[in-house]
Amino acid sequence: MMARRLGLAALAAAVSLGFSTLSMAADKHVAITQIVEHPALDDVRKGVKDVLAEAGYVEGQGLKWSYESAQGNTATAAQIAKKFAGDAPDVIVAIATPSAQTVSASTKTIPVVFSAVTDPVGAKLVSNAMHPGKNVTGVTDMTPIAAHMALVKRVVPTAKRLGVISNPGEANSVSLVSLIESEAPKAGMSVVVAAATKSGEVLAAARSLVGKVDAIYIPTDNTVVSAFEAVVKVGNEAGIPVLAGDTDSVKRGAVAAAGFNYYDIGRQTGHMVVKILKGAKPGEMAVEGVAKTNLHLNMKSAKKQGVTLSDALIGEATDVIR
Amino acid sequence: MSQIAFLGAIEVGLLFALVALGVYLSFRVLQFPDLTVDGSFPLGAAVCASLIVVEVNPYLASLAAALAGACAGMVTAWLNVRLKILHLLASILTMIALYSINLRIMGRPNIALLGETTVFSPLENLDMPTYIALPIALFVLVVVVKLALDWFLNSEVGLAMRATGVNPRMARAQGIHTNRYILGGMALSNALVALAGALFAQSQGAADVTLGVGVIVVGLAAVIGGEAVISTATVFRATLACIIGSILYRLAVAGALNADMLGLKAQDLNLITAVLVTLAMVLPGVRMPFRGKKRGGQVT
Repeated sequence: MMARRLGLAALAAAVSLGFSTLSMAADKHVAITQIVEHPALDDVRKGVKDVLAEAGYVEGQGLKWSYESAQGNTATAAQIAKKFAGDAPDVIVAIATPSAQTVSASTKTIPVVFSAVTDPVGAKLVSNAMHPGKNVTGVTDMTPIAAHMALVKRVVPTAKRLGVISNPGEANSVSLVSLIESEAPKAGMSVVVAAATKSGEVLAAARSLVGKVDAIYIPTDNTVVSAFEAVVKVGNEAGIPVLAGDTDSVKRGAVAAAGFNYYDIGRQTGHMVVKILKGAKPGEMAVEGVAKTNLHLNMKSAKKQGVTLSDALIGEATDVIR
Repeated sequence: MSQIAFLGAIEVGLLFALVALGVYLSFRVLQFPDLTVDGSFPLGAAVCASLIVVEVNPYLASLAAALAGACAGMVTAWLNVRLKILHLLASILTMIALYSINLRIMGRPNIALLGETTVFSPLENLDMPTYIALPIALFVLVVVVKLALDWFLNSEVGLAMRATGVNPRMARAQGIHTNRYILGGMALSNALVALAGALFAQSQGAADVTLGVGVIVVGLAAVIGGEAVISTATVFRATLACIIGSILYRLAVAGALNADMLGLKAQDLNLITAVLVTLAMVLPGVRMPFRGKKRGGQVT
């Protein structure tokens, strides 16, 4: 009996605490929900907050900042989404796909800016990335293939045929390859795809490209990247420049790569939030891709693979291996 | 707490009441500690979402999800009664296998259902906002499921199932095929959990392969929390306790999300859950059913 009453009292106290929360004076209110604590996602959040502060929205001084992490639990994410929908902040920032989906299911009116979502159209957050139309827009973390194709042309201006090695069994690679096939022709290159279904096949796949291509681009494919040295070996032997989708591969022998970091994605997200706080409509703001990339170059590889890197390119690079 | 947050807690609480009822069936009725639910919840979501995106009727898709859950429960029970694998281990094996199976079913880690026709779509045409209509619809469903389960557990088959859990040797002496009842009970339990997963995916906008994280803990917390506030002398009260426990748990979550003054946040929830469950187990009023359960266990 006593125990039951105690239990009831504890639960009642827990519930009533929620009701007694005082509402703050009506400043700008940004609520941020994140599916899980993870270094990359935490960087996104930090980027958002820094940009808000730079724009004059400082927590406690005209900005109410609410942050909740669902700790990987989607049911909690759903409840966070409902809490935010009820609080009606000026903008809800949702980091990563599950958080963004639960927020989108909970409100059709409050502006929502998602971040670090790879495929917002596939996730049904927006029906059209250029004209979202509703209350949701944001920043994707899709590899900026168009920028990478432009980089290939800057490193190897004469390139007409681009070789790509990927594992057709990786869903991520399949979508990257189809993007490459649509973006490369715009940069004036045709695409030759070589398949490697396991890392042991990468060397043979790279050799099959010799004589058929003027440059090789390796997307962020786990299979091929794990055997990246094999591609570099063929590139060095045959004098074919090798470029990569991730900057770590530059240390392993790629000539160049333009990577991005999640802090910059957060900053980009923050700029969208600021625009909305100043009155812009999310439905009229196109979904943004990765805008800022960091160029990494490897001079040794450039020499071995027979390319001369322009001074302009070297000047832009954030990291040059000599 | 805002009205939307409050009703949202009720909504998620009602969804997880189905999980709690399933967990009650396995843990309390059959005395079978079943972790399969961490896999069968996302299994229900995966099956349902995969069917809905290929334009299958959402009611049919939800039914298929429940059937898939029943199969998962039967696999666990089969591993236990036929292959003689320890019940806890059998359920863990099914749970981890389901992770891969769910990925295969969906073909990708996440299927979005935002804007698709779901069982909840008719609610959007009503005069009231969906955040009110949804909990009402779920309430009706959960009450129907609860009453059906009450009826079942008081039927001859249900009584045999309860006897199987309380005292298997005695049940066998009475001519009850205990293995069959374990298979059937586990199927029913996981069918309820998978149905909850299917409804969760439809109401929250997506099926995700990570949906199952911690479902068993939440289900247990609901069952035990419910027992702490309502006596479970009869089946009617025991199933009611599951529903109340589940809703109270979600209200506590919503409370934690809103209790800015205490400095509590959603990320503290796992700790709070552990403390609440421990408290409920240690408090004298709820120690009784555990004693009874242990005695039943020793006979096996």
